[in-house]
Amino acid sequence: MSSLKAYIITRALLVLPTVIILLTLVFFILRILPGDPIAAMVGQKVPPEVLEKMREEAGLNKPILVQYISYLYDIFRGDFGRSMIWGKRPVINEIADRFPATLELTIFAFTISVLLGILTGSIAAFRRGSKLDASMRVYSIVAYTLFIPWFGMLLQMLFGVYMHIFPIGGRIAPGMEPERITGLYVLDSILTFNGEALSSALLHLFLPSLTLGVVLSGAYTRIVRNNLIEVLHQDFITAYRARGIRRSRIAYHAMKNAFIPVITLMGLQFAILLAGAVLTETTFSWPGMGTFLLERIQYRDYTSVQGAIVFYALFVAVISLIVDIIYALLDPRIRY
Amino acid sequence: MSKMKGAEVLLEVKNLKTYFFSRRGVLRAVDDVSMSINRGEFIGVVGESGCGKSTLAFSIIRLILPPGKIVNGQVIFNGRDILKLPEEEMRKIRGKDVGMIFQDPMTSLDPLEKIGDQIVETIMEHEKMDKKEAWEKAAKLLESVGLTGDRVNYYPHQLSGGQRQRIMIAMAISLNPQLLIADEPTTALDVVVQEKIMDLLDDLRKEGRAIMLITHDFSLAVDRADRIAVMYAGWLVEFGNAEKLVEEPLHPYSDGLIQSVPDIWIDREIKPMPGFPPDLTNPPSGCRFQPRCPKAMGICKEKEPPTLEVDGRTVKCWLYK
Repeated sequence: MSSLKAYIITRALLVLPTVIILLTLVFFILRILPGDPIAAMVGQKVPPEVLEKMREEAGLNKPILVQYISYLYDIFRGDFGRSMIWGKRPVINEIADRFPATLELTIFAFTISVLLGILTGSIAAFRRGSKLDASMRVYSIVAYTLFIPWFGMLLQMLFGVYMHIFPIGGRIAPGMEPERITGLYVLDSILTFNGEALSSALLHLFLPSLTLGVVLSGAYTRIVRNNLIEVLHQDFITAYRARGIRRSRIAYHAMKNAFIPVITLMGLQFAILLAGAVLTETTFSWPGMGTFLLERIQYRDYTSVQGAIVFYALFVAVISLIVDIIYALLDPRIRY
Repeated sequence: MSKMKGAEVLLEVKNLKTYFFSRRGVLRAVDDVSMSINRGEFIGVVGESGCGKSTLAFSIIRLILPPGKIVNGQVIFNGRDILKLPEEEMRKIRGKDVGMIFQDPMTSLDPLEKIGDQIVETIMEHEKMDKKEAWEKAAKLLESVGLTGDRVNYYPHQLSGGQRQRIMIAMAISLNPQLLIADEPTTALDVVVQEKIMDLLDDLRKEGRAIMLITHDFSLAVDRADRIAVMYAGWLVEFGNAEKLVEEPLHPYSDGLIQSVPDIWIDREIKPMPGFPPDLTNPPSGCRFQPRCPKAMGICKEKEPPTLEVDGRTVKCWLYK
């Protein structure tokens, strides 16, 4: 397994250039955008000399390369800087406030997408050529091409506005927030035995995670179906049958084999999941990283946006590393 | 089990027809085949690729997948027509009473499971046994096929083709089946390993098991088989005593196959047979072998030949009418 260790270290080192490239792109693109945080915050009514003074205080008057290098220097010391607007809170605190909401949403959406994908994909594969197969394939394409805000609003209309079953926005009913331990409301309310908070959190989670989960499940349906069909045609499945192994066990072995490429997809999907989360969060006024990012881009809050992007990049890198490790543990043929 | 009784019939195939229904038409992969296997007997089933040998084997254990279908006939195993059994009953026969070995050992093992797990799963599917005992039995089985017992902890990719085929054999005999069907068990292996696997099959026969060896290589069957069945284009064209069949083949196709086997000891000219087996969705009129047959007569093109009893063998040819 020491080669696995070496692999992990190599992978971790590769994160570095990825983050630097991303950071550089974000840094310059933000500054190409018209406007800056000071103008966005105070508006046009302030005299130009005051604006100039505020810019100086924020360090925005220095040459852009100097700003870039000093920002890189700070990031590598682990300092994400302070927000450039209003309270000037440390960016890391802002992320700590917002990230648990996104994490909670993505965990639920991810679980829903994988379960839905495996369910629909394996139904299609085991009933290949049937009408059921055809409908699952249609589901896959439709789900894959759904536009998140549109689909989200449809669910809001149906379950929220007409049927009054689920709330259409927010993370939890006002004033019901559980005591903060991890920031994940569901987990925290379980840890503090707060049943009311738990049910409220779950109700609020349902529509956004279903929206995101359904949209992302389409890709899984497809890959699970195709892999499973391929595996079911392999010799070792025939060999299992010839040894009189029962159907359910053969299905288990087939699913296990078909699941390996699905894990690869999970790693890739995770980045898409986070992007989808931005759209989902804005549709459901979910106070996570997505709404945070969007809001701060509008205010040209350079440090907050940069900080959020770096954080996202690190997060995706860690997740894909974990996925690769699971992959190696599941498939004995891969032991790096 | 180990007692060799004179000629007690273990398996009897009667008028078996297995067809594949494709868009191009009906493919008659096994067409009206009747044969039998006695207890402890070694049967060789030979013929070129695509002559229905494997389909015959898979029909016997009822593993024909759509679009294939057994349309007619009986497979009487231990006195019961197993084609009439419910699927669940049939499943209990597979692996327990009939073991099967496949052509490609590289793809016939589940790549994600340890060898031991695969053997143990097979044993425990059919027999009540606790897990530890089953693992010990798995190790013993591996030793009985010439591997070391510690191979139970290996994954398939860590083993060679020959070793994997031994594992397939170990699994096939794990429940002591009375019949072992080996479908081209050595085709994917090199010659030295091939010989060892064949010796292993021979040993298993000596323990009293009936063996049905399916091969396109006549020379493999000749050395070991008691009886040989020659298949051509879904028909059983000749079936009988191996020695007699080789020395004096009745059917021109048997003769052609024997002539085309190279022999490194005797300086004999090899005569490869001209032509190919026909398209079974659209077989030739009359006798299916007639377009390639050196002894074809007028009637061969017109009518399907009858199956005749000649010299204790069955032969499907107009020459003996």
